[in-house]
Amino acid sequence: MLSYRSVKELVDKAEVEGVRLADVILADQAEFLGKPQAELWQEMERRLEVMEQSVERGLSEVHRSVSGLVGGDARLLQEAISKGKLLGGQVLDGALLRAVAVAEVNAGMGRIVAAPTAGSAGILPALLFTAAEKLNSRQEEMVSALFTASGIGMVIAKIAGVSGAAGGCQAECGSAAGMAAAAVVEMAGGTPEQAGHACAIALKNVLGLVCDPVAGLVEVPCVKRNAGGAANALVAIDLALAGVKSVIPVDEVIEAMYQIGQSLPATLKETAQGGLAVTATGRRLARELAGQYRERPS
Amino acid sequence: MNIFDILGPVMIGPSSSHTAGACRIGLIARIMLGEPVVKADIYLHGSFAETYRGHGTDRAIVGGLMGFSPWDERIRQALEIAGREGLEVNIHKANLGDVHPNTAKINVIGPTGKTLSLVASSIGGGNIKVINLAGFDVDFNGQFHTLVIPHLDRPGAVGAVTKLLADKGINIAQMRVAREHRGSQAMMIIETDEAVDQAVVVELKTIPNLVSVTLVEPV
Repeated sequence: MLSYRSVKELVDKAEVEGVRLADVILADQAEFLGKPQAELWQEMERRLEVMEQSVERGLSEVHRSVSGLVGGDARLLQEAISKGKLLGGQVLDGALLRAVAVAEVNAGMGRIVAAPTAGSAGILPALLFTAAEKLNSRQEEMVSALFTASGIGMVIAKIAGVSGAAGGCQAECGSAAGMAAAAVVEMAGGTPEQAGHACAIALKNVLGLVCDPVAGLVEVPCVKRNAGGAANALVAIDLALAGVKSVIPVDEVIEAMYQIGQSLPATLKETAQGGLAVTATGRRLARELAGQYRERPS
Repeated sequence: MNIFDILGPVMIGPSSSHTAGACRIGLIARIMLGEPVVKADIYLHGSFAETYRGHGTDRAIVGGLMGFSPWDERIRQALEIAGREGLEVNIHKANLGDVHPNTAKINVIGPTGKTLSLVASSIGGGNIKVINLAGFDVDFNGQFHTLVIPHLDRPGAVGAVTKLLADKGINIAQMRVAREHRGSQAMMIIETDEAVDQAVVVELKTIPNLVSVTLVEPV
């Protein structure tokens, strides 16, 4: 467990000691796990490597899901970017591309790092590697950013939870965006306080977002919600770096996310009984998949 | 929960419950069988039963039965690999009763004819809970060093085991004893903080009234 119960406690500690959130979180977890900091650092380096491989895989191969519902969108984005057809610019387009790439690797049964969940695994690596490219960040700064992201994620998990089944997509893609926003703000030289605001802004933008996967699979709309989450994180990063503050403190936003998750009906929490899953097309796809599966021998 | 739970697990997609947890359920079954699996009947309940094809839950469980880790990229091809290696797999949809929506019952047979039956739930984030073993209600998560000891329900059996562990400096984190009825067969599940080495397992086996002693390392 993290011994800090709120983002504010983390930020205060970092500000008082004049260190990064990452340093506070690393020290805390080393003590909690009873292991040297170097060991945790190495494990985090390994996770960064797996993340990087998942980005590379998603960019270099087309990953189709078992159902065939998703796959190939990263390729489309890549081609459009190389032809200069898109409007977003290098950072936004790069983040969208990487988020979709990793989400497709996940849907296609490739190897990823859940961050914080498998369904939202594209957002954090997308922001991290895109920002690192822009900022010329060293590997060490990226590992550090992962500690920031995970500390923020632990607070969110403790207060609100990070599963779609319990809190809807706000808890998955929202948390991932909040973690990524805080981590990248710090990597870009922002203060711990700004990192907290970035997390708050990202979460606020998707409060109430439901989890309504077609046929119950982590595919539609999950791959595109990773792209949306990446864009959302970028919005939060830029606002926070510019000095924009969240009027509602980040811990209260997280509490609101929890309350909203509680209020959401079960039909909108990963059960595939509401939202996009029960649209005419959602139902048709689910029926077709069920039929397709019956025809195949088990 | 620690940082590597929130930034992790490192796993094969698409869902920590439906692939990572499912794979760990398969792995536990293989470890408990103690020999390669030649035939597996897999009963899927709830969400597992409804979405297993699209999520690759069947592939993840079968991968686990072949000893693949949750991050092993061969999981995607697990059914084909099982076919090539002569592992017979039968997938069944089943109602396993009032259990977690992501629950599977696995019956496996090894080359020597040894069998094992377990029921386990994938409870989120790749974590699992074994809830039934060989017909006994149990409760362990595979994250500790776990001793599984079917034994005869006789005075002193539990005490002899815990005393031996204490003498070896092994601390018990959790322990549960279940039995069919008084004096019949019973089951001890002991989760320890410290690693239990094979020499201790061998020594445990000399204790009277124990049917067998299986050590399950964290998976």
